Amino acid sequence: MNSIALSIPLRFVGLILLQVLILNNINFLGYINPLAYILFVAIYPINSNRTLFIFLAFIYGLLLDVFMDSGGIHATACVLIAYIRPVLLKFSFRTQYDHNSLKFRDTDLIKRILFITILTLIHHTTLFTLEIFNSSKIEIIVSKILYTSIFTISISVILNVLFTNQKK
Amino acid sequence: MHQIINFVIRLKNFLLFIFLFSIGIILTIQSHAYHKSKFINSANFISGSVYNFSNTISTYFNLKATNSLLLEENNFLKTVLYNQNQQIPPLNVIDTSLNYKFTPALVIKNSYSTINNYLNLNVGNKQGIEEDTGVITSLGIVGIIDKTSNSYSRVLSILNSKSKLNAMHKKTNHFGVLHWNGEDPNIVQLSDMPKQTPLAIGDTIVTGNLSTIFPKGLPIGKIVNYKLDDTENYQILNIKLFNDMTSLNHVYIIKNKDANEINTLNLIDNE
Repeated sequence: MNSIALSIPLRFVGLILLQVLILNNINFLGYINPLAYILFVAIYPINSNRTLFIFLAFIYGLLLDVFMDSGGIHATACVLIAYIRPVLLKFSFRTQYDHNSLKFRDTDLIKRILFITILTLIHHTTLFTLEIFNSSKIEIIVSKILYTSIFTISISVILNVLFTNQKK
Repeated sequence: MHQIINFVIRLKNFLLFIFLFSIGIILTIQSHAYHKSKFINSANFISGSVYNFSNTISTYFNLKATNSLLLEENNFLKTVLYNQNQQIPPLNVIDTSLNYKFTPALVIKNSYSTINNYLNLNVGNKQGIEEDTGVITSLGIVGIIDKTSNSYSRVLSILNSKSKLNAMHKKTNHFGVLHWNGEDPNIVQLSDMPKQTPLAIGDTIVTGNLSTIFPKGLPIGKIVNYKLDDTENYQILNIKLFNDMTSLNHVYIIKNKDANEINTLNLIDNE
């Protein structure tokens, strides 16, 4: 219990700093930066208070908006994925979720990748549509969603695998 | 009544979601309008000190390149100065009656990968920095300061879809509007250039004299290619910037002392 209560603020601050100080400066091919900060929303403890979770996701996104000068796009996208997360969890880990015994460290890697992929795609679609907000630039929007998603998914999965304690 | 309360409690997550989601959308829409984008900004104590701290580390990695750039600029300025046949003012004494005041600053955060890019500088109100002043390097222009706090300020980069600047063709003094289409951080666009302007690839584009922010004639870039726009009355140009916007370190902030006076006059004219 204690370790969970401590690890949430740690992840909150750690992932924001990782995003703004390191990941935002990658600029692969000029404009592709992975947005692996969404890992905080993805692996937030499942059986916790949902109202608090949605609120926390909003504050988390808003802080990223402050750092990146992006208005409210990260806050909006974070709230959206935080709200629809239960549906995605049910879709990705059907049996475990139904039995109310879902813990991320016990799940298959493949299912975890599937879950992170869907979450990332929804997040990035919302984010870049709101950011560019111009139907004549649909090509840029689609290419940004596609390339950034590939990067985000790989970095998120690597971070997730590295920092998940294996049960002995 | 009891039913209504039950209903609200049952739907509280959904209502909270709708509420926060709409706040996010409102903030986003506000940020798309130029003058309302100041609500959520990085010129504050928290993000400023985080970026400042990271910059104190990363700045060591490009000391060599920065030094040689400064040396080159000094060399150029000295060549201009000593060939002028005028009395040279003593060093470190700056004539305060001059029209343009320069302040040096350090870029603590740079960004060029999104469509609306902003930079952060390590100077603010304490150093006398004001909003709507221009930012340049020794090679070309960078942007306009749009928000200041006590010790940090935010720059609206020319690589921002909201940035619109007055620029002109150096040979003919014909004007156009400088903006960015969000694609290549080295190429910006100049539109509304009259059809009859004789352009050539490689011609220099400089800042125009309609702006009170930048002095006239600051270098911006060179023409890469040009074509007629959709209306067929104007030309649209692609311009390669002299500045490398992807690696900025030391910049100068230009303050035009006459700017307020000119703007007040224009305001009277509009009424």
